[in-house]
Amino acid sequence: MAIEVRDLGYIYGKKTPYEMRALNKISLHIEKGEFLAIIGHTGSGKSTFVQHLNGLIKLTEGKLRVLDIDLNVKKPDYKRLRTTVGMVFQYPEYQLFDETVAKDVGFGPRNMGLEKEEIDKRVKEAIELVGLSYEEVAERSPFELSGGQKRRVAIAGVIAMKPEVLVLDEPTAGLDPKGKRDIIALVQKLKQEVCHTVIMVSHDMDLVAETATKVAVLKDGELKAYLPPVQLFANRQGIAEWGLDIPYSAKIADCLRDLGMELSDNCITPENLANEILAWGGKNE
Amino acid sequence: MNNISFGQYYPTNSPIHKLDPRLKLLITLGYIVLIFFINSFTSYLFCALFILTIALVGRIPLKTLLKSVKAVIFLVFFITVINVLFYKGNHLLWSWWKISIYLDGILYAIKMALRLILLVMGPALLTFTTTPMELTDGVESLLSPLKVIKFPVHDVAVIMSIALRMIPTLMEETNKITMAQKARGADLDSGNVFKRAKALIPILVPLFVGAFRRADELALAMDARCYNATPNRTKYKLLHFGWGDLFAFLIFGIYLALVIMNIHLFDLDALIWGLFA
Repeated sequence: MAIEVRDLGYIYGKKTPYEMRALNKISLHIEKGEFLAIIGHTGSGKSTFVQHLNGLIKLTEGKLRVLDIDLNVKKPDYKRLRTTVGMVFQYPEYQLFDETVAKDVGFGPRNMGLEKEEIDKRVKEAIELVGLSYEEVAERSPFELSGGQKRRVAIAGVIAMKPEVLVLDEPTAGLDPKGKRDIIALVQKLKQEVCHTVIMVSHDMDLVAETATKVAVLKDGELKAYLPPVQLFANRQGIAEWGLDIPYSAKIADCLRDLGMELSDNCITPENLANEILAWGGKNE
Repeated sequence: MNNISFGQYYPTNSPIHKLDPRLKLLITLGYIVLIFFINSFTSYLFCALFILTIALVGRIPLKTLLKSVKAVIFLVFFITVINVLFYKGNHLLWSWWKISIYLDGILYAIKMALRLILLVMGPALLTFTTTPMELTDGVESLLSPLKVIKFPVHDVAVIMSIALRMIPTLMEETNKITMAQKARGADLDSGNVFKRAKALIPILVPLFVGAFRRADELALAMDARCYNATPNRTKYKLLHFGWGDLFAFLIFGIYLALVIMNIHLFDLDALIWGLFA
């Protein structure tokens, strides 16, 4: 088990007129190798939740354990936690600061106190992993790159720390459809090759349907559901109640069902939908 | 960053909030000037009463008011210590090596601390009870006589309102960037002064880059809507000096008279000390 959360709660601005509860008794287990998507409206507590996972918000209520790091002890090892859980924020390109791409990507490893050779090796690996050419970009200023490249550099900056769990907050925000597909392909590649457990906050249901192995639904700081995407999107009543939407493929599947086609709940991705339509066509020929 | 409450609007919709911003600006200005002229404890008492009355009528919690001093608390502390240690007076209390502490020094230090604290509280109350928009309108209206000498009053007002509007945005941005760099293992809270200053670079660079980006975008957006500072722009909300404002002005006048009398006509301080002696 990678991450264990029990009765996690958090209140912003405690004991002020602006007091607001952001999380309320969240309990879930995240297995190693899981691709967890966290969905919910703005203000549902998604960001607060993921910020707990690498200690950016100190634990105040409940229990939390990430791999072998227990956050309920008196002095948790935040340094090791932050290298174990890599966090890619929304619009990560706005965090770039150093003179060259190589130096910027090396910021995390330098903070870890690694040897110079090890840092250089990791920087090179990370830049190549995110699909950029080390020779081309390493000595350039991160500010003269394109938007998509900047985002890749920022992700490389997190990957270079070799985290075991990768957390991404809306990794596709503000990208065009092609940029979106590229980043998703990248995240899936990273999951296979570097960090085997991925947690992603997203609004994009198509993206969730295509990538996630499990989905956590948050609403008003409470965990409403924790299911594989197929089961989640099959629960139409819940989806409506939580103010969510279903993927386009599921919408098309609904229309086809109305026309008399027999399709299973699996039709939440374009690929599954196409396969089932073909199979149905084969049967009814 | 978040617990510095200076310069934040505190909405309670009180009579103080509804006063004409021009009046509030003038009173604040008068108050600041006055603070530098007074030097007796009774005058400071009047000032404190004045501030407390405004806070009470404006329904600003005492805690919030005290928090506004947080930004200068180090300065207050520093000035107090320096004054206590190095002020030369008549009543020697205690001396050791080159340091001698005088009663006059302690009293003077307390006065200086009070002056600084009261000095900060006045403008803080102004920003607690006046929205940035009202403030800018007030400044524009007060400066409008300068138009005669071709001073670009409206432009200055717009610059001011944009600057004020950006403060919370930049605060939020600072927060986000700090978190992102912390997530990459940035250590901001340990080491000596130089180390800490250097640790701020990964936060300041993206912050400045972001500020320039925002400024650029805002300029474009204003340009796209044909904004220009023509002299005869009309206003949606006109400032109005009403009976309430006159009443507030009179109260300030009384307070002013009391303090000035205290400085020049008779020495209340001596009178009170005399009673105790």
